[in-house]
Parts: sequence; C-alpha cells; structure tokens
Amino acid sequence: MIDQPQPVLEAIDIVKELGSGAGKVRAVKGASLALVPGELTLLMGPSGSGKTTLLSILGCILSSTSGILRVAGTETTNLDSEELADLRRKHMGFIFQSYNLFPTLTALENVRIALDVRGQKDFSASNRCEEVLRDVGLAHRLRSYPGNLSGGEQQRVAVARAIASSPSIVLADEPTAALDGENGHAVMALLARIAKEQKRSVLAVTHDPRTLSYADRVVRIEDGRIVGEERRPDGLDAPEIADLTKRRKANG
Amino acid sequence: MILTLAFRNLFHDRIRLAVTLIGILFSIVLVAVQLGLYLGASKMITSNIDHANADLWIAVYGAKSFEDGGMLLTSRERHQALATPGVKAVIPLIVRFAEWRKPEGGSTRVVLVGTDAEDGGLEPFDLVEGSWEDIKAPEAIAVDRTYFNELGIKGVGDTAQIANGRVRIRAVTDGVRSFTQSPYAYTTLNRARALFGDGDGTTFYLVQTVPGADVKQVQQDLVNRLEGAEVLTKEEFRDRSLKQWLFRTGAGVALIGGALLGILVGTVIVAQTLYSSTKDHLGEFTTLRALGSSSGYIYKVILAQAGISAIVGYILGISIALIILVLSHNTALPMVMTPALAFWLFTLTVGMCAISALSAIMKVTKIDPAVVFNK
Repeated sequence: MIDQPQPVLEAIDIVKELGSGAGKVRAVKGASLALVPGELTLLMGPSGSGKTTLLSILGCILSSTSGILRVAGTETTNLDSEELADLRRKHMGFIFQSYNLFPTLTALENVRIALDVRGQKDFSASNRCEEVLRDVGLAHRLRSYPGNLSGGEQQRVAVARAIASSPSIVLADEPTAALDGENGHAVMALLARIAKEQKRSVLAVTHDPRTLSYADRVVRIEDGRIVGEERRPDGLDAPEIADLTKRRKANG
Repeated sequence: MILTLAFRNLFHDRIRLAVTLIGILFSIVLVAVQLGLYLGASKMITSNIDHANADLWIAVYGAKSFEDGGMLLTSRERHQALATPGVKAVIPLIVRFAEWRKPEGGSTRVVLVGTDAEDGGLEPFDLVEGSWEDIKAPEAIAVDRTYFNELGIKGVGDTAQIANGRVRIRAVTDGVRSFTQSPYAYTTLNRARALFGDGDGTTFYLVQTVPGADVKQVQQDLVNRLEGAEVLTKEEFRDRSLKQWLFRTGAGVALIGGALLGILVGTVIVAQTLYSSTKDHLGEFTTLRALGSSSGYIYKVILAQAGISAIVGYILGISIALIILVLSHNTALPMVMTPALAFWLFTLTVGMCAISALSAIMKVTKIDPAVVFNK
C-alpha cells in the first residue's frame, strides 16, 4: 500500500459571502479541497462559478465567511492580515493571469523582489534568481524589461518569481488565458514539471481545455460548489509530461 | 531592492519627478532665502552689540534697541555704576540718528556711533581702510563702503556734514550693514558729543565686570542703585533689539511667514506628486502584498521615494540658495547661510518629504490584495 502524502493545504467546507444586505451573494458554498506535494491540480469551472474567489481564499488573500483553512498545518481562521501575509511569504508562490510584473524592473529584478520581500537579500539570492530564470528558459532575457518580453516570456518570468523562494504551494490564476497555444502549452508543461520534479503542490484555476492533459487531478466547480473530481490513475504521468520527460532524458 | 524599486518608480515618470523636484526646490529656496534674510537681518541688528566688550548694558528706561536708546544718561549714572561692587569699568557709548548732508547736496539719515576704542568698549571691527587711530584725527569718521552711493561720497578723504559739524572719511568698514537702512558712522566719543552739542550725555554705558564676578548679582545691584535706567545683559539687549526691529516692525514676521509658506507649498506639492505616483503604482504594491510582503516593506518603498526626492531636491535647492547668497552679498540686506541652517534645511526637507509620504502610505494601507485576481 502506498502512503498518501500529507496535504500542505487543506480547505474544509469553505463558504464565502460577498456584498451585503440585499446584494449579498454566496460565491463559495461549502467547498472542500486538499493539495498534496507533487501534484498539479486544475480547478475548472465556468465564469462566475467561484473558482477565483476560492483561489483567493486558498491563497490567504481573502478570508472565508466560514470553514477551515490549514496551510502547512497552520489554521488561518484568526490570523490578521500581516500574519496571513507571513503565511503567503513562507509557503506560497503566485502566478497571475496578467503576469503582474513590475514594468520598471528587469526580469531578474522581478524575480529578485520576490526573495527580497522574504528577507533574502544576499548574493546567493541573486544567483538563485538567475538559476530559476535559466530553468524556465530565460537565461538570455535576464536584463530585459517586461515591455520587451513576449506574453509567454512574461508568464515564464512570473513562474520563476513564484517558485524562486521554493514555496510548497504554487497558485496560478488562469495562467494560459493571455497566451497563444504554443506559449500556453509551454507554461503548463513548466507548471507540471515544477509539481513533479520539485514536489510542489500546484493549483491552477482555468477554463482552458488545453491545460487538461497536464493535470494530475481536475477539480470541477459550479455555482460555488465542488461538483466533481477526476484523478489520473496512479503511476501514470500526463501524456505531455511523459513526453517532456522522455525528451529531457534523450537530451541528457 | 527597496531603493531600486523606489528609484525606478520615481524616474519612470520624468515629468512627475520634475514637478516633485521643482516643488522641493521652490520650497528649499524660499525657506533658505527667507531664513537667510532673517539671519542676515538679525546679524545686522546685533552686530554692534555682539562686537561690544560688555557684560552689561546700562540704558535709559524703555530703550528699544541699539539705534533707539532714547534719552541720554548722565555722568551721575556712570559714577553710581563705578561704585558698585564687581564693576571693573563703565564705558560711555553714544548712538543717535543724525542728519548727513551730502557734499553734492541732499541729505540722508545715519546712525552716529561715538566710541573711544582705547576704552575697550566697542572696538573696531571690519575696517578695510584706515584704522581707529585715524578716526582720532580732527573731523575724522568711518563709514561702510556699501553705503558710499547713499552717502554721496567716493571714499577716504571725502567730506560731508553731520548735524553741527563737518566730517571727513578717514576709515572704511566693509559689511557693517544697518537694518534700519540708516548707515552706521563711527567717530570718537567727544566728536559725537560735539556734533550733537551735548555735554556729557551718553546713550549707553557698557559695564565690564571684574573676573569671577556674578554678572546677575552685579546687574541686580546696578538696578537697585540706578533710578530711571535699565541694566540689561548682552543677551537681553540683543533680544530686545531683535524684537524691536524684527517683530514690532513686522519684518521678521514677514520673513518667517514666507519661510512657513515655502514649507507649506513644498509639502503640498511633494504630497500631491507622491500620492499620485503611489496611485499609479498601486497595482504593483498590491502585487507585492499578494506575494506576501509586509505592509512595512511597502511603506519603506514609499519612504525611500520620498527620501530620494528629498536628497535630490535639497541638493538642487541649496545650490540655488547658495547662488542667491553670493548675489545678495553686496545688497542692503545680505543673506546669511550657516552650516547649522544648511543642516536644518536638510532635516526640514527630509521631514517635509516624510510627512508628504503619509498620504501615499494611507492610500496603500487600504490595498486589498484580492484585487490581483480580478485584473
């Protein structure tokens, strides 16, 4: 019997109400979800299904109305905004739909700042950023500003920024939405590789069907409720990952 | 990275940076000029008091300033003062406004100072031509070269008339300006008395105490002995003269008011531009917050922006202020800049920018990191 890894993030019966009075809307209606290391999970659902709201709650950016959220064993219920920021700093990396890079900083500096907010300011932090950018295929773009990078390259900088501090959880919001087919596949392959090779929990919110083949698990949400979950059979890699791994081995 | 981000945020929008720097520059120049003029005026008002070698000043009751000593004291007060324990010397000094008739016609007012340098009271200062020995010569007088035009003279050897008698320029001072715009004219005590036709009248007595004497005690003893006269310490007389010319006339209030206006305008301009810069970069600050940065980290970025603005603005502002300082050297009201004022201005600039950053900081405290997912 294979031991099930401990979840690094666990959400139990999360409810989120938005607005007030007559305009009050229940965006998430009792969602439960656990993320384990080494898995790329997709949270899929139509627009307005509550997936981004749930992602914000899982990312300790938005507080739930009720329910329990545990991040690396820490329950978040009574934490204030600075303590939640501390949890994000220690355990999470974020990737945004619009990349959210700093236009006045180079690719390297954009990654560097993620370590800087974590108090990692020494020379090794700079080396680490260069290493991560090389790892995402941007060794030749270290000193380029976001305005001079393609959408795919910008998203890869964002991925590098998310993983530079070696977080146990990577949360991505529509990571392929602004990318063309080729770049969308490249970014998803990168996220899958991060999950597999670096044993991180990666959760991507998406409604892009191109991303399905990269997932270890797909969680479906509709009208604020988790309505289904599909898991790839144990021991099998997603086809693109298997193919990528093969190619990487062939290239030595 | 805090400094890098602050620097890039500032220099990203050059026009706004220029507006910020002009705001700080304007503020620094205005405050430096106003306070420089205030210091310059203070120096002019107190220069004779500062140069006088006196622990205490005896003046007629109600004397307003060095130039406005009021009624004359007599030799009776001098003898009473000399008989007071702790008093080493009591030196007479005459200071009175007088009519100066120019050699080519016309007249102006001067402040005639009658003093005998060898008494060790008000000794010569800032003489650039001639000496106090020369002033002992018949009809001799010393004036400041800044006022040659106003006095209708060209230099040493020229003559004019004061009150009842003729005077000849025998010595020239440089930089001894008068806040009242009536130039100081220095001569001997006896000639001053002769010009005014006074007997042994004196405007002030400069009191020197014996070494180790308790000046406050001597002052009190003199007050008890002298009727109708006031006894002031050097500091008290300086303060009274400053109050008379700077505050009773409103000149000092105008200078300080101008400086406060400069601070206010500078603060408002810097606050406005920092707020607007923060608003423009709010998305980035929100991203930082979502990435897990503490509020303190973001505040430091904003404060660093304010600090960089302050340093660059100060360097530009103080440079222009120093140019104005040089240009004002030969004017009737020269500006003064001291290392203490320069340091105070720097502290003021940094403080002004820090206060200006408050509005921007208040803006970022309202950041909701959840909006990063709604872009």
